Amino acid sequence: MEQDRSRAIGLARRTPAPPGQVRTQLQLAWRQLRRHRMALLGGGVLVVLYTLAIFAEFIAPYTLDYADRERFFHPPVLPTFRDAAGFSLRPFVHGTTLADPGLRRFDVDRERRYYVRFFVRREPYRLFGVVPSTLHLFGVDEPGRVFLMGTDQSGRDQFSRILYGSRISLTIGIMAAAVTIPIGMIYGGLAGYYGGRADNIMMRLSEIIIAFPEFYLLLTLSAVLPSAVGCTTRFYMITLILSFIGWAGFSRLIRGLVLSLKEREYVLAAKAAGLDDFRIIVRHILPQTSSLVIVVVTLGIPGAILGESALSFFGFGVREPCASWGNLLTTASNLPTLILSPWLLFPGLFIIAAVVAFNLFGDGLRDALDPRHRTAS
Amino acid sequence: MLAHIARRLLHLVPMLLGITLISFAIIQLSPGDFLAEIRMNPVVSTETVDRMRANFGLDQPLHIQYLRWLWNALRLDFGYSFAFQVPVIWLIGSRLANSVMLNLVAFAVAWAIAIPLGIHAARRQYTFSDNALSFSAYLGISTPTFFSGLFLLYLAFKTGWFPIGGMTSIDHDILPWWGKILDVAHHMVLPVLVLGVLSVAGLMRQMRANLLEVLRQDYVRTARSKGLSERTVINRHAVRNAINPLITIFGFSLGGLLGGSAILENVMGWPGIGKLIVEATIQKDLYVVMASLVIGSVTLVAGNLIADVLLVMSDPRIRYD
Repeated sequence: MEQDRSRAIGLARRTPAPPGQVRTQLQLAWRQLRRHRMALLGGGVLVVLYTLAIFAEFIAPYTLDYADRERFFHPPVLPTFRDAAGFSLRPFVHGTTLADPGLRRFDVDRERRYYVRFFVRREPYRLFGVVPSTLHLFGVDEPGRVFLMGTDQSGRDQFSRILYGSRISLTIGIMAAAVTIPIGMIYGGLAGYYGGRADNIMMRLSEIIIAFPEFYLLLTLSAVLPSAVGCTTRFYMITLILSFIGWAGFSRLIRGLVLSLKEREYVLAAKAAGLDDFRIIVRHILPQTSSLVIVVVTLGIPGAILGESALSFFGFGVREPCASWGNLLTTASNLPTLILSPWLLFPGLFIIAAVVAFNLFGDGLRDALDPRHRTAS
Repeated sequence: MLAHIARRLLHLVPMLLGITLISFAIIQLSPGDFLAEIRMNPVVSTETVDRMRANFGLDQPLHIQYLRWLWNALRLDFGYSFAFQVPVIWLIGSRLANSVMLNLVAFAVAWAIAIPLGIHAARRQYTFSDNALSFSAYLGISTPTFFSGLFLLYLAFKTGWFPIGGMTSIDHDILPWWGKILDVAHHMVLPVLVLGVLSVAGLMRQMRANLLEVLRQDYVRTARSKGLSERTVINRHAVRNAINPLITIFGFSLGGLLGGSAILENVMGWPGIGKLIVEATIQKDLYVVMASLVIGSVTLVAGNLIADVLLVMSDPRIRYD
């Protein structure tokens, strides 16, 4: 089983191990990854971000469309343990009232404390979109508000919207990869395997896609999308656009690798055994590219995240009332608004965190899966 | 060599056809057009709209429209902008110059910073400063330009040191010539900072990796054992060879001179071609979108070709025949 899996990662060649200490390639890769502290850090951040995304409804103190009509552009409210009245073991927040609508200044009412409580019953939601529930991880006593990252132009809690938005921002890369991988592998595999004229024509075709400046193509393609569709449909369409742009470069990588793989003896053996071409490509050659695929995909996901957020930022991607990290930043693009409410930049920090984490983890994976990059044991 | 370039140029012909075809298809697929919006305007009569449609050749079948566009484009006539009421080539010309200027300066700044930093990091591999630099590089390549742009605009407002977006001040026209240059330079600082940081990150990592590779070579050991000073070894022997592969990147960056700053231009209000294409896409100004797409791709392709040629010229081991 272990051996099968290591072969699936595409590391058929074995490094000699001292007697009594035989390790499979997967174990070697895992050992190498564990040593790469930055990669582990990246992986850890990803685990946290995805956990937040999966349990967004439960962790978020408010729902996606919950709006406090009296608190537009409210600054962040962080729970504290101490105020003029003294220290409290249970964190609390103070209430606020709008003092100056023009400058959006809020007066803090230091007299009243609203304590933070865990596992509170608040706005109803459906966990994973199915299970109805009213349980939230935390909240403050009514009518207090806990806006960890402030509110937006409609008085919606930005922290909650970031959590909901992470679902779109963090899945779009994976979804795009899920479409890109099979197309790119088949296309690149066929081109590399047959070579010659077919290869020439196929590569010329993919070069045309690569020739466009990426953002220009993203932008004009998303302008083609019908505007009167729901968030989910639009999300899938953006995914398709990202894959339409991504498959070309990916298939060229696969093709390059297949060009060298097809000269190996085992391919010759498979041919001699009378297997048909398609079977050879799919069952024997393409599995050998899997470690490259894993790395390229891990390093490619941040590109998709950045692409989606840029599109949504300009209003061409995922639109209101849905939230994605990119379209949450749209409000901040109005400079007078941004200057009065700098907390609107918070979603950007999540984009950076996710992209850095994917890059660190991907680099670590590359070192771990490539025997040449392994440090000696 | 010349034959190789000639063949590459010949390859470009079907590619350019493909690029224009895809651009044309995208434009045709997008719902609604500029004239549809004019039609909504009660002041404009239906006859006027129909006349405009005929003028632009929009009543012709698609393949005629495409061929007509292509034929005109070959003579650098990219049609007429609906929104600005001027020939597209006028619009593109000035916007192109602004984008190229911004990117060239950012490019020069990035190289001037990245190469010494890369050398520094490679010489002190795995030390604190190397790790700090490579982590900053990760941050640099992971920060979307629209975010860093907004952040810098916010800082610019708070400190008052830099103008908030745009390329010129209100009084630009009455300034003397040197004042005009200073004015634009002042406006350029922030966008150059954003773009520069982005490319410094990538370049520095590349330079570090190249130099580390070169430092393992035998001739570096020879140079050291000859008793040359470490500085001579690095600067005269190693760096020269480590810079070589960067020449390819140089060519690729030439291709990115237009597309690279598109997002930032919109955030910072820089009147470049990236801002133009976003505005034109929103306004459905189809000839402008089409021309920007095609011109953007052509520069990218040309940049790749230059990268290829430079690589062959700088590395005698590579032969094309």
